[in-house]
Amino acid sequence: MLRYILRRLSLLVITLFGVSLMVFLISHLVPSNPVAANLSQSAMSDPQIVAAYEAKWGLDKPLYEQYLIYLKNLMQGDLGISIRTGRPIMDELKQYFPATLELSIFAMIIALILGILFGILSALYRNKPLDQILRAVSVSGVSLPSFWFALVVMSIFSKNIGWFPSSGRIDPRVFSPSGGTGLYVLDAVLWGDFLMLKDALAHVILPAMVLGFFTMGLITRQTRSNLLEVLSKDYIRTARSKGMSESRVIKNHALNNALIPVVTVAGMGFSNLLGGMVFVETIFSWPGIGQYAYLAATNLDFPAICGVSLLIATTYMVINLLIDMLYGVIDPRIRYQ
Amino acid sequence: MLQYILHEKNTMLKIGFIICLLWILIAIFASFISPFDPVKDQNMAMRFQPPGKDHFFGTDSLGRDVFSRVLYGSRLSLAAGMVTVIISLFVGIIIGGTAGYVGGWADEILMRLSEMIQSFPPLILAMVIAAALGPNIYNSVLAMSMIWWPNYARLTRSVVISIKESDYVTAARLMGAGHLRILFAEILPNCFGSLIVMATLDLGNAILVFSGLSFLGLGVQPPVAEWGAMVSDGVTTFNYWWISTFPGLAIFSVAIGANFIGDGLRDYLDPQYR
Repeated sequence: MLRYILRRLSLLVITLFGVSLMVFLISHLVPSNPVAANLSQSAMSDPQIVAAYEAKWGLDKPLYEQYLIYLKNLMQGDLGISIRTGRPIMDELKQYFPATLELSIFAMIIALILGILFGILSALYRNKPLDQILRAVSVSGVSLPSFWFALVVMSIFSKNIGWFPSSGRIDPRVFSPSGGTGLYVLDAVLWGDFLMLKDALAHVILPAMVLGFFTMGLITRQTRSNLLEVLSKDYIRTARSKGMSESRVIKNHALNNALIPVVTVAGMGFSNLLGGMVFVETIFSWPGIGQYAYLAATNLDFPAICGVSLLIATTYMVINLLIDMLYGVIDPRIRYQ
Repeated sequence: MLQYILHEKNTMLKIGFIICLLWILIAIFASFISPFDPVKDQNMAMRFQPPGKDHFFGTDSLGRDVFSRVLYGSRLSLAAGMVTVIISLFVGIIIGGTAGYVGGWADEILMRLSEMIQSFPPLILAMVIAAALGPNIYNSVLAMSMIWWPNYARLTRSVVISIKESDYVTAARLMGAGHLRILFAEILPNCFGSLIVMATLDLGNAILVFSGLSFLGLGVQPPVAEWGAMVSDGVTTFNYWWISTFPGLAIFSVAIGANFIGDGLRDYLDPQYR
C-alpha cells in the first residue's frame, strides 16, 4: 500500500510538472497580446510605458527563461503577482479556496444523498413508471446548462419568492468573519454563532443545489446499473431462496456491493463540479476559485491563469488518489501492489 | 440498428431521436421558417415585447425576435458540437490506436499527455485556451477539440491492447497484412460501437460547453445569434424572463436528446441492460 501511494505521488508530481508546462505554453505562445489587454489605449501609444511593463513581467525574456523563472518561484510557493489585481496569487488563492471547498462539500452531499436514493428506487422499480421518471430526472441533471439553471433557480427562489439571498457567502452588513477555517458554516458551528450559521446556510443552499444536480444525475445512473447487476448474481438468488425477506436481501447483501463503484463516479462528479463552479460562482457572486478562474481568463491575467490551473489540477488529482485508496479500503478484493 | 430504434420498446431512444431530428431540420431550414432576420431586424420601438402572436418568444433589448434567433442559433450549436466530436474522435482513434499498437515509449508519452489534459475539468481548460487564442467561434471549437480527444484515445487504446495479440490478428499478420491494414481493418472495427455511444453522449456535453463559453463571453461574439450568448443577454435584463428562458430551453432540449440517444444505444450495445 505504501509503495503504491509513493508511486502515485511521484506520478502526480510528474503530471503536475507537465501541467505547469502545458498551461505556461498555452498562455505564452498565443497571438493575443497581454500588454494590449492590460494597458489603456493612451498608455499603449507610449513605447516607454510598454517597455517598462514588459520588463516588469519578464515578457521581454526568451520563453524558456520565463518558464525557468516561473518554475523556480513555484518551488518556493511563489506563483507570481496577478496582473489584474496586483496582489500575490498565492495569497488570493488561499483566500478564495475555502469558499469553493465549502460550496463543493455541500453540493456533493446533496448529490450523494439524492443520487443514491434515486438510483436505488430506480433499480427496485425497474421499467415501472417511477423508474422512467427518475431516469428522466437523472438525464436532465446531466443535460441542463448549469449557467441557465443557476439563473432560473435564482430568479425563482430569490428574486420572486425571496426565500434565499441571491449572491455572496454571507450578509456582509451583519457578519465579517475573519480567522477560523474560512468555511463559514463550520466556523459558525465552532463559534456557536447560530445567526451566522443560519445566514451562511441560506447563502450556500441555492448554488449547492444547482451544482449538485449534475453530479446527482451521474450517481443515480451508476447506482441503478450497479444494483441491477448485483441483483442478478448467484448469491442474491441463494439469499432469496433461503427465504430471506426482500428488504433484507437488498439492505444486507446487495447494497454494500452495489455502492462500491459509486465511489469512483463520485470522483468523476467532483471534476464536473469544479467545471460547473465557474458558472455557478460567477452567477451567484460566490467569491471562490471558479469566479477567480473566470476573471483571470477573461482579463488574460496569465500568472493567475497558470496559478489557478495548477491548483485545480492538483485538487483533482489528489481527490482521485484519495478515492483510489478508499476503494482499496472498502473493497477487500482490491489490494494494491 | 435502425430497426432497433423503430421497433424496440425503448421510449427514451425514440424521443431522443425525434428531438435531434427536429433540431437538425430546424438548423437546415432556419432561413425559411424564421419570421424575422436574427441580426438585422432590430426595432428599438419594439424592445422587450413579451411573447405574443407577432413574436412567439418575445423580443430582446434591441427589439430582435427571440424566436428567430433561437432557430438560427441551432446552426451554430449543432455544427460546433458535431465538429468538435468528429475532430476528437478522429484524433483520438489515431493517437489511441498508435499508442496501443506501437506500445513502449510512444504509448507512455501519449498516455501521459492525455492524463495531463484529463486532470482538468473540460470547461476550465477550454476557457483558458479560448481566452488565450482570442474569443471567436473557430477558437472555441479548436479549444474544445484540443481537450476532448483523450477519452476516445484511451478507449481505443484499451481495445487495441486487448485484441492485438489475439489469434485472428496473428493470422492476418501471417497472411502478410501490413500494420495499417491490421490496425484499421482488423482491430479498430471492434471498438466502433463503444466509440459511437461515447460520441453521442459527448455531443450533448460539447454543446453545453460551447454555449457555456459563449455565455462567459469567450465564444461566439455578438450580434451573432448563439444560445449561450443569448442567455447571458438575459442576465442584465432580469425582469424580461423570455430573453434567456427560450435559448436555455433550446440548449437543454438538444443536450437531453443527445443523452437519450446515447443512453439508448448503450442499452442496445450492452445486452445486460436490455
